[in-house]
Amino acid sequence: MDAKKVLVSIKALTKRFPGIVALNNINLELLEGEVHILVGENGAGKSTLVKVLSGLYSQDEGYIKFRDVSYAPRDTREAINTGIRVIYQELSLIGTLTVAENIFFEQLPKKRGLLDSSTLNRKAQDLLERVGLDIAPDRPVRFLGIAQQQQVEIAKALAGKSQLIIMDEPTASLTSKESEKLFAIIKLLREQGKSIVYISHRLKEIFDIGDRVSIMRNGELVDTCDIREVTTEILVKKMVGRTIGKKIPFLESHNPDYSTPILSVEGLKRIGTDTSVSFSLYPGEILGIAGLVGSGRTEMIRALYGLDPKKCQSIKLNNKPIDIKSPRQAVKAGVGFLTEDRKDEGLLLTLSSSNNLTITDLKGIAKHGVLSAQVERTTAEKLIQDLQIKVQSYRQIVGTLSGGNQQKIVIGKWLYKRCEIFIFDEPTRGIDVGAKFEIYNLLWELAKKGKGIIVVSSEMEELIGLCHRILVMSKQEIVKEFTRDEFDQEKILRVSYKNYV
Amino acid sequence: MNLTKKKSYEFRTKTMYNMELKMKRKGNNVFSRSEESGIGAVLILMIIVFSLSAPQFFSISNLRNIFTQITINTIIATGMTFVIITGGIDLSVGSVMALSAVTLGKFITQVEVNPGLYITIGILAGLLVSGIFGLLNGLIAEKWKLPAFIVTMGTMNIARGAAMIVTDARTLFSFPSAFIKFGNATILWNSVPIIFLVALFLVIVGQFILKKTVFGRLIIAIGTNRQSVKISGHSTVIPKLIVFAMCGVTAGIAGIVYASRLTVANPILGSGYELNAIAATIIGGTSLDGGKGSLFGTFLGACIMGVLTNGLILLGVNDFLRQMITGFVIILAVILDSYRKPKL
Repeated sequence: MDAKKVLVSIKALTKRFPGIVALNNINLELLEGEVHILVGENGAGKSTLVKVLSGLYSQDEGYIKFRDVSYAPRDTREAINTGIRVIYQELSLIGTLTVAENIFFEQLPKKRGLLDSSTLNRKAQDLLERVGLDIAPDRPVRFLGIAQQQQVEIAKALAGKSQLIIMDEPTASLTSKESEKLFAIIKLLREQGKSIVYISHRLKEIFDIGDRVSIMRNGELVDTCDIREVTTEILVKKMVGRTIGKKIPFLESHNPDYSTPILSVEGLKRIGTDTSVSFSLYPGEILGIAGLVGSGRTEMIRALYGLDPKKCQSIKLNNKPIDIKSPRQAVKAGVGFLTEDRKDEGLLLTLSSSNNLTITDLKGIAKHGVLSAQVERTTAEKLIQDLQIKVQSYRQIVGTLSGGNQQKIVIGKWLYKRCEIFIFDEPTRGIDVGAKFEIYNLLWELAKKGKGIIVVSSEMEELIGLCHRILVMSKQEIVKEFTRDEFDQEKILRVSYKNYV
Repeated sequence: MNLTKKKSYEFRTKTMYNMELKMKRKGNNVFSRSEESGIGAVLILMIIVFSLSAPQFFSISNLRNIFTQITINTIIATGMTFVIITGGIDLSVGSVMALSAVTLGKFITQVEVNPGLYITIGILAGLLVSGIFGLLNGLIAEKWKLPAFIVTMGTMNIARGAAMIVTDARTLFSFPSAFIKFGNATILWNSVPIIFLVALFLVIVGQFILKKTVFGRLIIAIGTNRQSVKISGHSTVIPKLIVFAMCGVTAGIAGIVYASRLTVANPILGSGYELNAIAATIIGGTSLDGGKGSLFGTFLGACIMGVLTNGLILLGVNDFLRQMITGFVIILAVILDSYRKPKL
């Protein structure tokens, strides 16, 4: 590091959201011509930091300087004009336009008000050569593969004279060969004096391309160091830390019944993947599924529930083989799914609480197909009472409830269906801390009643505080099972990285 | 356990609690009043204005006119309301109505003996054809995941063409007198046509199905959030098919009633009626986004359109201006409705 100039300097940056501090007093310098790696657990604050840099969020405290000039973009456009551009995981090119049109989309060359195609394609050709992409500039983007689209994105960044290019998990959907090519481009960009912020879960590749690495944890920047000075071990240790703030009190008094599994899944294989998973769930057990974002946790659950096509050797419920081809069959078998996205998939937002609570079993509140308003009301009021849902009345529209109460409504509707198995995907996402504990208590109540509970969560503390067992997924596979006495945040995290290293 | 409970309240700040309360109150206000009260008030206001400005408005013959005009639109709009509540649309109803009318017409033209039997068979055939068309709309839209708008635009042309072929593009007439009598009979001192009662009956049955049955609840839920209903363990395809079939059948009923009233069946009848039915549904407060609506609202919507047209004619407003005013009313209704939507 021979006295490189500072490109971006971030000072005392703090960003708060209702209930949490997403970024806490971040101090960071990005140098010209460096590849700066950003690592951290799910929810450590990496994305928030990127969003502040790219103008999607504005900070609450602190400031950023770009080449010694104060930098506070109001939107992404301003960030791009300044010279900072993000290449997201989901590429944002327009499929029907040509490569050249995409590259220069923000500043299409014009001649007498019309598009100047020849200049456009010539300039695009130059940039394509710079990123090593051999493709006709007038080819529509939709014919390109993911890796090529990524190269177009990079060319686009260069066209906009971007000085800092932020890449969020760029290799997530690339083959190893394509990744190699990307790394070559990154090195090329570095030689041209561009700065790159590189976010990745894949700890192996960062050692190949990085200059420096910053580790984030719980919204704080733990450390920034030279990549040659650290090892995977050290990084993981720093990501986990030793300070576990709020402790979730585990329900010691209750023990699952480990005699026969309530659900056993063998050889569950999602269409489109090569790996399969097998696991068992026992009555009264809370089974956690850990893993990095993109490790296939949610996908596995959705396939199991019949939402996505799958092949499966066997699914047994209380030792009886069943087939789940659709959510309908899953529900019939006594499985309830509480999705990560409550608003889009869980709730009927514009309908009343009672309508939502009873939707899973309308026959239960009807006689010969005719609904009984009275039965619906008493059913709903009982659930509201049992779950301590804070509503004005059973008629209150669920869209107006807080996140915690909305989640309780979803739990309530599956309780009403008398489900034996509850699958929670991120049970406390978007729920404030106080309500979180109420949800945990409800989970324990369910466990005490002998229900089987699966919890997919990105919050390690939640899993460790809540579960009897934890399965760790890495790259579509269950790589390890931890029993409660083996729980160790660091070990679990290290195993999560297993298939990526 | 006590400890956690206590802890949970520490984190709820006062402002957050107040915010929640405010949201609750707002939510309750919007929905405590009856869905149709606003639209009903508009209708009453309209009736008052017209009865004051046009003295013949309340004459027996004019009332009969209004009821007759409302009838066909209301019948079509009942099926349409169901389709729109599930988030769909059906543009084929006008053509299906014609196809139903001419199918019936084929059976009952110049029948000498046993007219009752032919009428019965004719009605059943008309309803069957229109039901099949409705079901087809649903099947195509669901199987290939196409927008109902496009699918029904296609079947709109198919049904119209079929009606032309069946009749050789000619008008069918000389129907049995029993059939014609039905379309032109009245009750209550000659003020209310019998066919209006058919429309009223469909509205009441429809409202019952929508608000009081398991099927109706499913329809509303599917229109609100189809994915959520699917995850809750219901088939979301079959209810949609049923709703499209229902819409076909009501269009078929409209065709039969119309033929009976006009005493002829003509392959071009019902052109543009789909738009009137959609307008009545929307004015009645059914949301084009799905998930919300009522048959009573739709009925009031059809009444508003009928009364408006009739009143403006009585006042001597010319046809073109009348059309413009109707257009404004439709837009106004949608604007008013957007204010009633809860902001989530």
